[in-house]
Amino acid sequence: MAALGRACLFLGLVLAAGGIGASIYGARAKRQEWVEVGRRCVYALAAVMTIAFLVLEAAFWRTDLSFSVVAGHSSTTTPLFYRIAAPWSSQEGSLLLWVWLLSIWSSLALRLTRKRLAEVAPYATAVLLVYGAFFLTLSAFLVNPFGVTNPAPAEGAGLQPLLRHPSMMIHPPMLYSGYTLFSVPFAFAVGALIAGRLDAEWIRSTRRFALLAWLCLGVGILLGARWSWTELGWGGFWAWDPVENAALMPWLTGTAFLHSVMIQEKRGMLKVWNVSLVMATGVLAVLGTFLVRSGVLQSIHAFGGSTLGKPFLAFIAALLIGSVGLVAYRMPSLRSKARLDSLLSREAIFLLNNLVLCGLAFVIFWGTFFPLISEAVTGHKASVGPPWFDRYTVPLAIMLVLLSGIGPVIAWRRATLANARRNLAGPAIAALLATALLAATVDAVRTPASAGLFAAAAFAIAAVVQELWRGAHARSAAAHQPLPGAFVGVVRRNRRRYGGYVVHAGVAVLLTGVAASSTFQHVRDVRLSPGQTARVGSYDVKYVRPTTRMQAEKISLGATLDVSKGGHHVATLQPTRGYYPTLDPSLGPVGRYFDGDATSEVGLKAGPTRDIWTAVEPDLSRFQGAIARADREFADATPATNGLLLSAIAARYEAAPPPATFRMIVSPLVEWVWLGGGIAALGGLLALWPTRARRRATRRAAAARVRLRPRRVLEGA
Amino acid sequence: MEAILFLLLVLVAGSVVTVPLRRREHATPLDARTAALEAARDAKLREIRDAELDHRTGKLSDVDYAALDGTLRSEAADLLRELEEARA
Repeated sequence: MAALGRACLFLGLVLAAGGIGASIYGARAKRQEWVEVGRRCVYALAAVMTIAFLVLEAAFWRTDLSFSVVAGHSSTTTPLFYRIAAPWSSQEGSLLLWVWLLSIWSSLALRLTRKRLAEVAPYATAVLLVYGAFFLTLSAFLVNPFGVTNPAPAEGAGLQPLLRHPSMMIHPPMLYSGYTLFSVPFAFAVGALIAGRLDAEWIRSTRRFALLAWLCLGVGILLGARWSWTELGWGGFWAWDPVENAALMPWLTGTAFLHSVMIQEKRGMLKVWNVSLVMATGVLAVLGTFLVRSGVLQSIHAFGGSTLGKPFLAFIAALLIGSVGLVAYRMPSLRSKARLDSLLSREAIFLLNNLVLCGLAFVIFWGTFFPLISEAVTGHKASVGPPWFDRYTVPLAIMLVLLSGIGPVIAWRRATLANARRNLAGPAIAALLATALLAATVDAVRTPASAGLFAAAAFAIAAVVQELWRGAHARSAAAHQPLPGAFVGVVRRNRRRYGGYVVHAGVAVLLTGVAASSTFQHVRDVRLSPGQTARVGSYDVKYVRPTTRMQAEKISLGATLDVSKGGHHVATLQPTRGYYPTLDPSLGPVGRYFDGDATSEVGLKAGPTRDIWTAVEPDLSRFQGAIARADREFADATPATNGLLLSAIAARYEAAPPPATFRMIVSPLVEWVWLGGGIAALGGLLALWPTRARRRATRRAAAARVRLRPRRVLEGA
Repeated sequence: MEAILFLLLVLVAGSVVTVPLRRREHATPLDARTAALEAARDAKLREIRDAELDHRTGKLSDVDYAALDGTLRSEAADLLRELEEARA
């Protein structure tokens, strides 16, 4: 099986190289048959990578420990669910996932554009295959997922405990889908620049891929945040971790692109800006992958020191230099004759929104790479923390939310002051009322930043609701329909517009959750024995009793906590600490559990107004003597004896529980983060969904265009 | 074993990707100018619909809408004429 996987990798390289050559030759010589060969190479690459990925999945599924990557990232005790997700927990498997997803999305894009973009598509095919060839080279020669160990070890190292979370199944594939999907508009932009076809056709053909990339990357980031909140035990959903930041940067520039591209479609303006944005997004997506692979910055996600840093840097440099060079080369053709009609127009608001989004991306870039920049300049690696990021990102976020409310109520081309005033009055009143209400009831405006964000969010949500209402009302009047039917009708006929508005509302809800939970959370670290109580915020948390749980792959020690408010029971929480054994033979049969990896399973009571979050770390110092004695006396214990020894430790923990350190957090509106993300994702799906008219037009166009002509049809085109 | 497997895969993949070289006829992609004009036409028609919705939802006054709609329709007519010429 490993041989089949390796053969697929090398064949993939041959296909990529052949496809690049065929596509470029076909485009230069105007030989359509060679262009088709290039496209078929991408389809074949997708098939071959699917086989390779299935081989790797099968190895994890069967726990085939002869595969080095399986032995290093799985074990016989790893549950099937996590074995299926384990391939992308490793450097080797995640690179293979990258190439596989790239080949699938590239095939889809080229299939959908096969009757269009005759001059652009061959170069786009070559660019997509260059991406594929780069990652395949890494996979085949530097981090081969099909390396074998002979003889196979009896047991594997197991999956990293922190990765044992349901999000593991979907978070990395969503992020990688986002990254790889962004390479589609990037490749077509490069193709358009090389071919000199700088009209909006390449944008129309790849806009949906950019939107899908934006959606996948956004959902991936959100799933990662959710994972952090429920698993990692530090009590936050965002840490300005370099790798989280790296995913956010292309998402921000991609968001800017999705807005500014509408101006090019409608007005033929901003061509330079749009190709620059899409290229920056493509490069940032590879940069994000580089940050995880290279280990140049410390991160929970990093795969540690690796040999991939230099090849990645060379690839990123080539992408960057090539992109800048192409834009400079085509600059005269990219200049637009059209001008902005008015500063009071949706185009102007989109431009402002683009500046804010790019400003945010730049701040995050600077803060993330500051350790490398400072080391290069001063010789010392200095880093910046959340306060630094907050200082710059909070005002920009407020501006962004405000603009997301202004944009939908301003007309394209030119809005009059009177109309703008009338359309902005409702949202402005809503913002004032919300702020006053919050000030009067929950003292939620004690910091200017939070007050500003709440007001901006209320403004944006009110603007979206007003737009939906007016749209439904207008349709109801025009089509003589009842309001609910008119609402569905107007949204269905204008999915792109209203999908975007729903995204705006979702982002406003999400940022409200971020602001409230960051500003008004209560955190306490306390040491308690059973029977003792601690107060966090307005809640009393009592350590009732210890808990234990024995499983094949770990032993869990924890606590039962009773949460009450004003004497009334609110929740019973059960945070635990899971101890996973290491394979270090120098440690004894019991000690290897407690000297190995440990993770927190948090006790969480989530609600629409607040989350109560708890994590526990038992003080095991008083068990050290017993553990050392068990290791000495039962050095060659069988698994059955080992189980009995661990049960004895667990029984002693329950009978004479030691004090434990607890982290307790009461955080308001955390659920709004997930709710807002869900609303934004729904809006994205709505905007992505093809309209009936479009589907009909696509079928008609396909029927009209499919005709056969003699070979060399591109000659003279 | 690995070499044989590799050669077998190369043969299968090679025969699949080179099918176009053995065909006598090929599907014709849409002419680039026509495709660009179609993209511009679709964008213009969408702009007309957007302006209409902007007017109905109170973002454009009657006077502004009349002027804008006239301009857009005239631009759309030019594009349709160019498209017909390109297709002829």
